[in-house]
Amino acid sequence: MHNVAPSSKNKFSIQFILLSLFALILGSFFGILAGFQYIIPDFLKELLPFTKMRPFHDSTVISWIILAATGSIYFVLANIEGLTIHSSKLTKIHFYLFLLLGLIIYISIGSGYMGGREYVTFMPILIIPILFGWILFGYNYFKTVLNQVKNWPVYYWMWGTGIVFMIFHLAEAHFWFSYYFRENFVRDLTVQWKSYGSFVGSWNQLVYGLSIYIMAKIKKDDNVGRGKLPFFFYFLGLTNLMFGWAHHTYIIPTQPWIRYVAYGISMTEWIILGYMIYSWKKSLSEEKKEANTLAYRFLMAADLWIFINLILALLISIPIINFFSHGTHITVAHSMGTTIGINTTILLAALFYIASRIDIHFKDNLKQLLSGFYIFNSSLMVFFGALIAAGLKKSEWMYFSKNIPFAEMKINLANNYYVFLIAGIVMFIGILMLTTPLIKVFIKAYNTAVKA
Amino acid sequence: MKIKESKKKHQNRIVISVLVFTFIIYNYFVYSSGTENLAPKLSKEAISGQILWQENNCWTCHQLYGLGGYLGPDLTNIMSNPVKGENYVKGFINSGVKSMPKFNFTEKEKNQIVAFLRAVDKTGYFPDYQANLQPNGWVEINYKSANSTNYQPKK
Repeated sequence: MHNVAPSSKNKFSIQFILLSLFALILGSFFGILAGFQYIIPDFLKELLPFTKMRPFHDSTVISWIILAATGSIYFVLANIEGLTIHSSKLTKIHFYLFLLLGLIIYISIGSGYMGGREYVTFMPILIIPILFGWILFGYNYFKTVLNQVKNWPVYYWMWGTGIVFMIFHLAEAHFWFSYYFRENFVRDLTVQWKSYGSFVGSWNQLVYGLSIYIMAKIKKDDNVGRGKLPFFFYFLGLTNLMFGWAHHTYIIPTQPWIRYVAYGISMTEWIILGYMIYSWKKSLSEEKKEANTLAYRFLMAADLWIFINLILALLISIPIINFFSHGTHITVAHSMGTTIGINTTILLAALFYIASRIDIHFKDNLKQLLSGFYIFNSSLMVFFGALIAAGLKKSEWMYFSKNIPFAEMKINLANNYYVFLIAGIVMFIGILMLTTPLIKVFIKAYNTAVKA
Repeated sequence: MKIKESKKKHQNRIVISVLVFTFIIYNYFVYSSGTENLAPKLSKEAISGQILWQENNCWTCHQLYGLGGYLGPDLTNIMSNPVKGENYVKGFINSGVKSMPKFNFTEKEKNQIVAFLRAVDKTGYFPDYQANLQPNGWVEINYKSANSTNYQPKK
């Protein structure tokens, strides 16, 4: 495995990656502050009430996923695959546009001038430049790979699919601009949650594509991303992205066929990546595992999280279980398990792989990184467990208790919130231990790239 | 070898085309008949209330149909709840109790929020205490009839 020398052509991909790492740290910090507000209702209430704290947290951690995936894709295309990016100028515009939008979104949330909806809280007009940024990314991506790569491996398909569907579903999340959707509340809410389910599916295409790419590289076997099986799973994932969103909306009074379709489709999704990582692990030699210790460990951790979330996702997609779990913290456990346990773990694996290609001495930090790895995963397990337990208690309150007010139920959940908060703080420490060495490597690489 | 690759590429394109075509048809029905319901359309006042709901990020803490934040209670059927309803909502929203920010809604704005919550209430039930839970795992939910103000108490 040869080293990748930082050059001016990887400058912007490194900027994306650096920005994503700062977003991960900041987003996790906002998450801790929001956790305090669950326990101390007056905590920062005047300065940053929960109505601002949660949008700061949501927007920043979503940015982490998007920016890390984007930066990693740009990096591997230009520096590992040796492709010439169609237009470096477009990459530059893409980066500075997203940086500027990030600042405007922060100002929008901080000043309380928002107007958007859950997960897309910012001023709704900002969706236009956001979509423009994604279109730039898509144009640059397709122009780069269509002209230079024949016989695409599956991850090229996945990245292309992720970008195209991200554009559609981000737009769909704003269909409420039209009165046709808005004046029918059931339609409006259903389409809102349809778009959310599917844009998560879209970024999963970017992230899962990266995981298959790293597996192929670590194993030095291009067949990991080729053949009938990877493509079968890719099409299954795409089917889920398109039709498997409605388990979020079983309880909304839509026509029953929407729920039938969702129930059938959503049973399959989580088998996809778990199977591929499992088969990859089985066929990997000890020597190759050792050479990529951190990327390998993170992919194995993602494997574990996939199986845990597979069980949860399968259970909550069964209507009778969904009936009792919907509207409780079990849904939060599901989303945290997937965004932290799967997405973040895979993206960290990608960044560790890239860092090890940039700097051969990166492994000198192995002790700190391994401690960070164990702290991150064990605290996430506790965090996840506390949410499941809180969800079970809330469900019991919703369906099997009588005359207990909401405020009293919340007091009964206090212990779960304490565990959840402490686990969150420990997880934050783990994230710092993992990200600070990465930031150092990428800053050094960026400086070298600028000078080159 | 080249013929095989070209065949595979062709097959991939066919599968994607079939999926995308099905997706377009599916979306058409989701956006139209799949989400038709008996509840009246949101009035202008209710839409103004919905704008206030969004601008003040009420969803960060409250839920509608179990979707939203968990710091506050679900408000899907708060308007038809005989022990809560309009006066309770109006009294609460400017109170600033516990984690809730102290809002300064005018009487007109309070009426708009109430109109929005009333419109939401007319669309269905959450929690749906009288849903039909079937032994095969399926759940048949209850639909509200047009302009219904029925309230489902806990069983």
